[in-house]
Amino acid sequence: MISRSAFPQWNESEARARLTRVVREHDGPVLVCLQDVQNTYGCVSTAAVELIAELCNVSRADVTGVLTFYADLRTTPPPAIPVRLCAAEACQAVGGRTLAEAWRQACEDDDLLAVDTGVDEPIFCLGNCALGPAALVSGELMGRATVMSIKERVSEIRDGNGTTAGGDS
Amino acid sequence: MTVWFVPKDAAARSMGADGVASALLARGEEVVRTGSRGMLWLEPLVECASDRNGSRVGWSNVTVADVNEDRLDTDHPAYLGEVDLLTYLSRQQRWIYERVGIIDPLDPQDYQRHGGLAGLKAAMTMAPADVLDAVKTSGLRGRGGAGFPAGIKWQTVADQEPQPLRGQPLRATRHKFICVNADEGDSGTFADRMLMEGDPFCLLEGMAIAAYAVGADRGMIYLRSEYPDAMDALNAAIEVARAEGWLGESVLGSEFSFDVEIRLGAGSYVCGEETAMLESLEGRRGMVRAKPPLPAIKGLFGVPTVINNVLTIASVPGILARGAEAYAALGCERSRGTQVFQLAGNIAQGGIVEMAFGVSARELVEDFGGGTLSGRPLKAVQVGGPLGAYLPPSQLDVPMAYEALAEVGAMLGHGGVVVFDDSADMAEQARFAMEFCAEESCGKCTPCRIGAVRGVEVIDRLREGKDTETQTLLLRDLCDVMKQGSLCAMGGLTPNPVLSALDHFAEDFSR
Repeated sequence: MISRSAFPQWNESEARARLTRVVREHDGPVLVCLQDVQNTYGCVSTAAVELIAELCNVSRADVTGVLTFYADLRTTPPPAIPVRLCAAEACQAVGGRTLAEAWRQACEDDDLLAVDTGVDEPIFCLGNCALGPAALVSGELMGRATVMSIKERVSEIRDGNGTTAGGDS
Repeated sequence: MTVWFVPKDAAARSMGADGVASALLARGEEVVRTGSRGMLWLEPLVECASDRNGSRVGWSNVTVADVNEDRLDTDHPAYLGEVDLLTYLSRQQRWIYERVGIIDPLDPQDYQRHGGLAGLKAAMTMAPADVLDAVKTSGLRGRGGAGFPAGIKWQTVADQEPQPLRGQPLRATRHKFICVNADEGDSGTFADRMLMEGDPFCLLEGMAIAAYAVGADRGMIYLRSEYPDAMDALNAAIEVARAEGWLGESVLGSEFSFDVEIRLGAGSYVCGEETAMLESLEGRRGMVRAKPPLPAIKGLFGVPTVINNVLTIASVPGILARGAEAYAALGCERSRGTQVFQLAGNIAQGGIVEMAFGVSARELVEDFGGGTLSGRPLKAVQVGGPLGAYLPPSQLDVPMAYEALAEVGAMLGHGGVVVFDDSADMAEQARFAMEFCAEESCGKCTPCRIGAVRGVEVIDRLREGKDTETQTLLLRDLCDVMKQGSLCAMGGLTPNPVLSALDHFAEDFSR
């Protein structure tokens, strides 16, 4: 089974209503629109680029230029349980490179893990630099991460108790 | 009744603080979620007091099992005693961080009980020009890295007339902006994040004071997207501040109005550079702008704009509340006040250390930090983020201050101190500095865009041992071009880590 992330299908009229509001409420709205589309639909499609260009009164090239500049913005749906490892200096100092290598190996050995987590898109600094190596699993920050602890977390999320484990007060 | 304090800081949560808080709540205990005390190796650090204002005792690295099995007593091996008395905390001079880890970050009464809002109240009894004078007298300099005197920047903005936003008709409403740079992208830094999560009102209060002083009506916080917890805290704090009359139409019941909006970054390091940040805030690619015009004259949407780092703005309420002279009395030479140092990387006791300027790197790394986490000998300390120099152990006695660090070819940056043990390969670190620059360059100027790619190639050849003398010369020459010819600090400072690695750890380049 190939896991998919739980984002709704693109819906032009719904998107138009949302983005019209965003444009009205923000000066310089292109980036905010792109972020809003991605948060809602998981990624930014060609149709979304056209709509944003129309509503912000800029060219499609302008919108595409912004879309391709920022590492956060994506044109394909994200993996179901994105895993991102910090690749910056403070985490390198406590074995970040070794962890990244071991994680790639773990994903090579387990196809489902690779599909679910997208292997690893490195990220530069998660602000957890005293407790590295840091990892972000489905948006949740982990300190002193190991292949074992990341795998455990991925399993918990797969099993559906991802949102309740260590739940908030 | 007993009150428990469990941090809600992202770093504490990354070590399981949420589970501990839930376990305490499930037992019917009263739990207050605070920021972190900044002793991150002890997280989750759970504290307990007889009431909300009582002195607190604590336990380190608390687990859910500790709570469920009722083990949190004075016999527990991780019992810390009274937390305020721990030397890591008691030796510090906390100014910006005085409330972080102590108060409920979103409780306005708690904030005021611990000295919050006194700065804004004091400022608003003064003329704006006197507030500017106080900031100048304090000697406060920008904490983002460049160290520009905040009072002078503010004066420049105060001297401008408000302008309509770019593209709007002349009769449109005229504005000035206060922009807070919360795009804390440097590896090894987390002080902005912990302040925004642990005491967000302090930042908002500082922004309001800045706005009052320069005549601004709008505030923007450019927050990096990697900090979702900080965003939640700030959003909630803005709502509370509006309801309390600290922000909005009539600040503290006066004629002065000021409101704050948050914009998220999108994973671009260079957007921490102030002009790239402005471009990003305006919704465009984060391409660096040439200066002049200075943002203070033509900034966000073309109107006069104060751009300061989170820690700069967060220093201001204390300066107004406790007096500019008290602030200026701290520090050394032209580095006045306190700096929030962040101990990170391969360090036994990592966290936040706020001290007056002039403390040495050795005191930070050895006395506070307790040496390396691995227990192996220390090899290098990178001060000031990815664009900062690698200091060898022999240079660790340098005082942490703008001038003293510049003398040894290093810089303070945002106060990050990243420790490496002897397993680090400094040629690999130098290569990474170039690689990072190539990855994150905005591409506007050639020395940075092309130079960083060439830098990786040259270092690779050097490490392969091919024609090392020529390659070393080439690398130094390339670094010189990047330093002198880049438009902003991204390309201009990338040579810092590269050259310091080459100068102090030449043997790593030839193995």
